Order: sequence, then C-alpha cells, then structure tokens
Amino acid sequence: MRVLTPTNVEEAVAMLAVEEDLIPMAGGTDLLVHWPEHLEARERGYLDLSGVESLRGMEWSDAFLTLGALTTYWEVVTDARVGREFRLMVEAARQVGAIQIQSRGTWAGNIANGSPAADGVPVLMAYGAEVELASAGGGARWVAMDSYYTDYKQSVKRPDELITRVRVPRAEYEIEVWEKVGSRRAQAISKVGLAITKGDEGWRVVAASMAPTIRRCAAIEKLLTKEAAINRPEDLLKAIGKDVSPIDDLRSTAAYRELTMARVVYHALKGRVSFVT
Amino acid sequence: MKRLEGNAKLLGREQYVDDLQVEGCLWGMTVRSPVARGRIKEIRFSPEIDWSEFVIVDHRDIPGANEVFLIEKDQPVLCAGEVRHVHEAVVLLAHPSREMARKGVRGVEVVVEELPAALDFRVEAEPARVQWGEDNSLSRLSINKGDVEAALASAAHVVEGVYESGAQEHVYLENQGMISWVDDDGVVVVQGSMQCPYYVLNALTHALGRDEAGCRVVQAPTGGGFGGKEDYPSNIACHAALLAMKAQKPVKIVYDRGEDMASTTKRHPSRVRHRTGVDESGRLVAQDIEVTLDGGAYVTLSPVVLSRGIIHAAGPYSCDNVRINGRAVLTNSVPYGAFRGFGAPQTLFALERHMDVVAKRIGMTPEEFRRINLIRDGQSTSTGQVIDDGTDRVGVMERGLELAAYERKREEHASFNATHDYLRRGIGFASFYHGAGFTGAGEVYLASKCHVAGLADGTIEVLTANTEMGQGATTVFLKIAAEAAGVDVSQVVIATPDTHRVPNSGPTVASRTSMVVGKLIEKAIDDLRAQIGAAADAKGAALTDAIRAWCSSNGAERVVGRSEYEKPPEVVWDEKTYTGHAYGTFAWATYVAEVEVDLRTDDVRVIDFVAVQEIGKVLNETLARGQIQGGVVQGIGWALMEECKWRDGAMANNQMTNYIIPTADDVCPIRVEFMENPYAHGAQGAKGIGELPIDGPAPAILNAVADALDVEPTAIPLTPEHLMELAREAHV
Repeated sequence: MRVLTPTNVEEAVAMLAVEEDLIPMAGGTDLLVHWPEHLEARERGYLDLSGVESLRGMEWSDAFLTLGALTTYWEVVTDARVGREFRLMVEAARQVGAIQIQSRGTWAGNIANGSPAADGVPVLMAYGAEVELASAGGGARWVAMDSYYTDYKQSVKRPDELITRVRVPRAEYEIEVWEKVGSRRAQAISKVGLAITKGDEGWRVVAASMAPTIRRCAAIEKLLTKEAAINRPEDLLKAIGKDVSPIDDLRSTAAYRELTMARVVYHALKGRVSFVT
Repeated sequence: MKRLEGNAKLLGREQYVDDLQVEGCLWGMTVRSPVARGRIKEIRFSPEIDWSEFVIVDHRDIPGANEVFLIEKDQPVLCAGEVRHVHEAVVLLAHPSREMARKGVRGVEVVVEELPAALDFRVEAEPARVQWGEDNSLSRLSINKGDVEAALASAAHVVEGVYESGAQEHVYLENQGMISWVDDDGVVVVQGSMQCPYYVLNALTHALGRDEAGCRVVQAPTGGGFGGKEDYPSNIACHAALLAMKAQKPVKIVYDRGEDMASTTKRHPSRVRHRTGVDESGRLVAQDIEVTLDGGAYVTLSPVVLSRGIIHAAGPYSCDNVRINGRAVLTNSVPYGAFRGFGAPQTLFALERHMDVVAKRIGMTPEEFRRINLIRDGQSTSTGQVIDDGTDRVGVMERGLELAAYERKREEHASFNATHDYLRRGIGFASFYHGAGFTGAGEVYLASKCHVAGLADGTIEVLTANTEMGQGATTVFLKIAAEAAGVDVSQVVIATPDTHRVPNSGPTVASRTSMVVGKLIEKAIDDLRAQIGAAADAKGAALTDAIRAWCSSNGAERVVGRSEYEKPPEVVWDEKTYTGHAYGTFAWATYVAEVEVDLRTDDVRVIDFVAVQEIGKVLNETLARGQIQGGVVQGIGWALMEECKWRDGAMANNQMTNYIIPTADDVCPIRVEFMENPYAHGAQGAKGIGELPIDGPAPAILNAVADALDVEPTAIPLTPEHLMELAREAHV
C-alpha cells in the first residue's frame, strides 16, 4: 500500500495528474468495508487528503452553504445553523451508519463513492447542490449534482479531477422530505431512499437505491408540477416506472422497492399539498 | 453479584483467541469447495506463488480417522474425493503472514466435477440427488399417544396449517478461532473459542489417532456461542492441530466474519404441518404433526435436534391423541447444527402460530383456547410424561397478559387502527415450555463428573468442563459454590476448562449448566466434607479450617470432592417408544408482543414485549434477565429480519451489512418477570433458562401481526418483502 500525503490542493491535483488511478481518501470508511478481503486494494496508491487544511470546514455566504471536501456528517449533525436551513442534511447524516462512521465519513466521499444507496447524495441533490472538480494547473469546474452521475458508480468527474467543495444554494422550501427505508432502524443500507423538496425552483424528487445511480425523478416531478390528482399510492406507479429501474438484490426486491416508493411519496405529500389526498 | 469477568470484557482486556500472541505462530487458512456437490478431480496450486513458504495439509495428512467425531462420523475433517457443500474444507494452508496465507488460499483451485445437488429439503429428492439412505432422511423419529385418526374422525373441528422457518446465523460476537501447538512432551494442545472442551477432545483423539493423554484442549475466553460453538469447534480444532503437527510450530486459525457465516453451522430450517382436532367445547382431541428439518450435508447433531423438536412440538397442552412424525433431511448446504433451542423454537413457532389459527377458526379468543388446554397437574405431555410440579401454568399466562395490559391494548388498537393513515397495531402471545438438560436418557449417557478441590490455604476450586461464553456460567457457579460452602465468593475460584485438569462435566449446552452441573457442584462439596471428615453441615470457617487442617496433616496441596450425575428416580424414559420423562423438568412461559406495522413499508416493529416465566429459582437476577432479554432479541431477529439468502447452495449475504440482526434501536424495552417454583434436582432449585427465551418471540410476534392486519402469516422471517407479498395475496 502506497500513500501520498499532499498538503494543499495544488499538490493533490498535481499528484492525480501524474497518477490517475490514485484513490483519494478522506474518512476512509468506504475503503475499510471490504479491506480484509480486498487484497488487491493494498497494492493500490492512495491520496490521503487529511493534510489538506483548505478542504476542511463549512462556509456560509449570502448565496451558498459551502462544504469543504473533508466535511464530515458529524460536523453537519452538530451544526445548528445547517439544521435550521438544511434540515434534511442533518436527518440524512444521522442515518449514516453509526456515530463512528458519521464522525469520519465525508459528504464528498459519499459523492465520490457513487453508491446508488448513498444517504448523503439524495438530500444534496434535492437541495440543488453542485460539486467542484479541481484539476492540475488551477482548473476547476462546478457540476450540478443531478448531472454528476452517468451510470453505476460512473460520473462526469475525470480521473485527474478531485472533488474539492460542495455548495448548496440557500433557498426557502415549502416542502422538505427525507425518508430512508432500511432493513432495520439503524446501521442499515437503504432499500429505498427519497428526498423531496419544493421551493421557488419547483419540485425536486430524488430516489436512492432505485436505479444504477441516485437520480432525479422527472416523471414524478412533472406529475407534481401539474398538480395531477393523486388519490392512492398506485397512482404514482406509472411515473415511477419511467423514472427508475429497481432490481432484485440481496437487500430487497424490485417489486417491494417500487410499491414502497409509491407509498412513501404518497404519504409524505398527502394532506400537505391539495392534490394528494 | 456482578459478573466475574465483566470488567475485563468491558475494558477490552479479555484475551480472546485472536488477541493471544504466540511466538512463531503461523496463520492457518482454509481452501474450500466451490460447489455444492461433486467429485474432486484435481487440486491446482498457482505457479505464481512460492509454495515452499507454506505448510500444506490435506486429507492424506490425517493420522487417525478422517472423520469428525460426532453421532455418525460421516463428516470428513478434510474432503477426500467428494464434496457435499459449498465452502467445505478441502486443503489447509499455513504461513507466517496472515496476508500471504490469504493470498495462498486464492492461489489454490479445487477442480470439481459437479454432481446433482439436493438444495431444497421440502421436495423429495430424485434418485440422482440421494446421498443418504433411500431418500436422504438423516433421521426419523416419532411420538404416538392415543389414536389420532379416530379422534380426528370424530372431532367437531379439524384445522390444518403449514408453517416454515428459515436458517439462522448465530452471529456470536467473536468468530470461530483456534490455536494449536505441540508441547515439549509431545502433547497436541488446542486452545480456542468453544462451548464443549470434551467434544473437541473426542474429535482430536479420533482424527489424530491419539489417546486422551496425547491431546489437551483448553478453552480460551469465548465471545458468544449460542450453540455455534458446540459442534463446529471440533472441525476447526482438528484443522489447527493438523497444521501445527505438520509445521511443528504453533498455528492460529481465526475466521473472518464472511468465512464464518459462509462455512459454519446455522439453525435448521423447518417445515411443520399441523392437523388439529378440537371438540365442541374447544378441547384439543387430536394433534397430528409432521416435522421436517433441513439437516444440511452431514448427520452432525440433526437426530438430536429433531428429537428435541418433536418433543416440544405438541406444546404445553393436554391432548390424549398425539402423533408426531419427524424427519431430518440431507441437503447440500452447510450442516445445520446446534443453535439455542435446538429444534424446539421451530416446532413451538409452528404450534403457537397454529393455536391462534385454530382459535380463530373455531370462534374462540387465543387466550380462551389456551386456558382450556394448558396442562394441569396430573395431565400428561405428548410422551405421556405426567406433569405434577405444582406450577400454575394458566396463572403464568394470565400474568403475562395482565402485565402486557392485553385487554386494554386490544381496545386501544381497535380505535387506533380505525383512524391512523398507515400504522396498524396488534398484540399477540405464545404460551410455551422448554425442557431443561439433555433429552430423555441423555444425562445418564453423559454421566457428568464434577470436582471441587479444597486447597491447602482453604481456597475452594471448582473444576468443571463447562464454559463461560458470555452467559455468566462462571459467575453462577461461583455463587452456587460459595453458598453451598458458606464462604465468601473471594474464597472460591473457578478453574479454566482444560481437559488435563477438569473432569468431563458434559457440554455447555441444552440449558443444563446451572441446573445440572450446578447441582453437581453442590454434591461435590458434600463429598469434600465427607473426604475430610467434616460435619455434613460444615460451612464457612468450619469447612475451610477443616480443609486446611486436612491438607496440613496429610501433607497435601489439595483434597478433591467428587460428584457424578445420578438420575432422579422418577425420571423414566423409553428411547424405543419415545415415551416417559423426556425431561426432568420444564420451564413454563408466556411471552406477549405488541407490534406496529407500517403500511407504507410493511415494516413490523415490536413496540412492547412482556416475558413471564417460571424457572424454578432465579440464581442471579441480572444474568437471568440478560439471558431472557438476549434470547428475545435473537427471537425478534429470527422472526422479522434474519434471512440467509442462498445462491447455488452458498450463503450469499454472508456479511453483517446484508444479514440483518436487530440493533438496539430495533428493540423495545423487554419487560421480564420471573416466577419461582424450586426444582428439587437443580442447584438451589433452578431450572434451565438459556434456551427458553428463543422459543416464544417468533410466534408471539406473528400472532400480533395477524391481529394487526387481515393476514395469516405462516413463515419466518417475516421481512417487509415477504409481508408485502402476503398482503398482496390476501387482498387479491
């Protein structure tokens, strides 16, 4: 195992430029899951970001809450202001593993890992967050979370790019929902995850564990935007069929995921908007 | 009294196998079968690995019999020619580096010509898949009382039902692990995580072709067993010993979680069919029960699990006509083995779920139906064992219902369910019993022995082969010995189970340790008194002074009091007809579960749980409560969450992320109440309690789900996915 220890972003991206298969490492929680069995993982090179001070902490501006790439779930859980303005981030963070994981795992790491069952990504997407990708020579670009993923564990991030910041636009929301359906009440990987917001920019409905990537659900958003009458969960199934493609796996079944998503969306909105009754 | 080893465990100071540092120790690893059944054609060693660094063992290195010593000796220590399940041990490797040993395992390919496997115990095996007897039946047992057919023919109601339960993984905190070395006297020593040192010793002497003096088994602090360390440690101990003997160096084998889950024993999956006759007044007149257990690839303990299963299958009810036919079937999966409850949880789940189904069918409440049929003193169980212990079994049930506020909850739920958008509540219960100690003549065959030594300084040392595995056995032994001798607990020590030091007091299983072995401790102290000429009631200083005086005048370091199990005269069991006293005594219980079902997710949450039981005598309130609560949590997992998912005969979800056990957040407060009715042949009047609490939760919870929803669940685990399917079928 080889570990490179950059002390600033320039160094880090320069190292990535030279060696594109380096694995950036923040909290390390995803790496440790299968460490004993993944013998090949020990022969890889790692880019330890823990020495890059500029990636730490959160910043508020008039327009954004910006998370450095080393910001942990626990920092968000314990931040009252985030709790007031971005309630779902706190709710989602509390459901990531246990406190030990929450205190090491990072939001940027959750994005980079690209799991379709991620807990941090759906709420970021529902808040319209963007991710900053930096590369050698001072290059940097912002990509909207909802156009970040391209396929299972694939994204628009080039191998020479590093996630350096995540920014969440500050806005008012009438509706904010985060529902995680896991196989138990704590320490569970989601079988169905749903983040829903409605603000000035309209509806955002984000589904986790329902497709190869976490994704916005355009057909459901369209139904909600046109305020189509929804009288029972089954009224959502057609839209769900267009938006996502759940599978049978070790954790659940496609049939369960589809119907549960319909029921959770329905009950989350029932009585809160006039057209869901 | 606090748990003896509690601080060491809390502070992380306890030294488990994986913590023990042994100089020059090699890491042992296991190369396993890739398929469920077949003939080994070749074993290929990758040319990319320098095998001269490895110690390699296969079946040809076994000096004795290539058999794991158990009931039938049909399981090989290492496969020779044939494999019977995925992950069966074929080749052993040892290397100074754990990582290299892991790489080595990946560098060995076991080439197998596949044969048709039997993967579903519920379907009759076609001839090509038969591997045991005529039809893969590993064992058949039956109980017959009265005339079932005649009673069914004349019954006012006959109600049938089929109930199924899945495999359950033990999930002991500490994975399986053993260290072995050959000591300076040439003795093969094995130290490790285990419940039954003498089982391991028997396995070693058999496979290594040595006598008992040539092998020594020492228990290391053991992080949980639940039965998972009853039979399997024999396999891994033989493996470690074979490597150590060939390497002439110490070898440590410690499984990681994935390997442990994939390759070790689990609870037997079951299918139980009931056909029940009831008369006009609601009295049981006939119980016709068929029990089928999946035994897995070898006989191992299945005949005994089946025995305990069928003995509990008719439940704590009086019925004159009972027929129980039991069968354990071979399949090409890991051998199913000992697991807390040992067959009884499966049959009691079926029975207690069925009792609710029958009650509903005949228009009675579950409590009325049970009130009529619970055994009264003077009535008999299915084996004809007359129960006459003075315990008020109906009273146990009424107390459970009272504590759970059963009547009030039913009313509250009716209005809650009528108004809530997506939550439904229900309450259900199970009345059951669990026999303590070995079944039938088992304790007689065991002939357990116990020593209590008086040391020259007056200290009292208790020597048994029974193990502490987290349940608190040593703490309870300490109390039993101290109170029997009338001394402070600081004057008593409990010997580490070491087959070169302690007598064979039998395995630490079957809810027998406190009751049976505890009693042997009391008797050995009586014998100690007799040995030193102390008065039969000598206690405290009178006893310790007498010990010191005897040692001093005899120039001895110790004087040993001995005891051996003696069958209570009233216990009469006929193994051929399966009639008589199946157990010396039973613990009686009623467990009540309140559930809340979320109709959005079909998730069932237990929101209140009451566990009332009559257990003879509570020896240590905290530990007893812990046993009950732990068993209930394990029962909640078995009922609602824990599902082994199989792919071509292999467990696919062999990780803690995907094999779901309850967390603290999934468990409600578990309200435990004990009733006491001392048992004459148990230490201080105690009956066994280790297994009892796993019997009740599953049926109580499913009965509560049936109460909450308009469905009749008949299979566990009742995961949200299964409940969704069930609800869909029910409402189509």
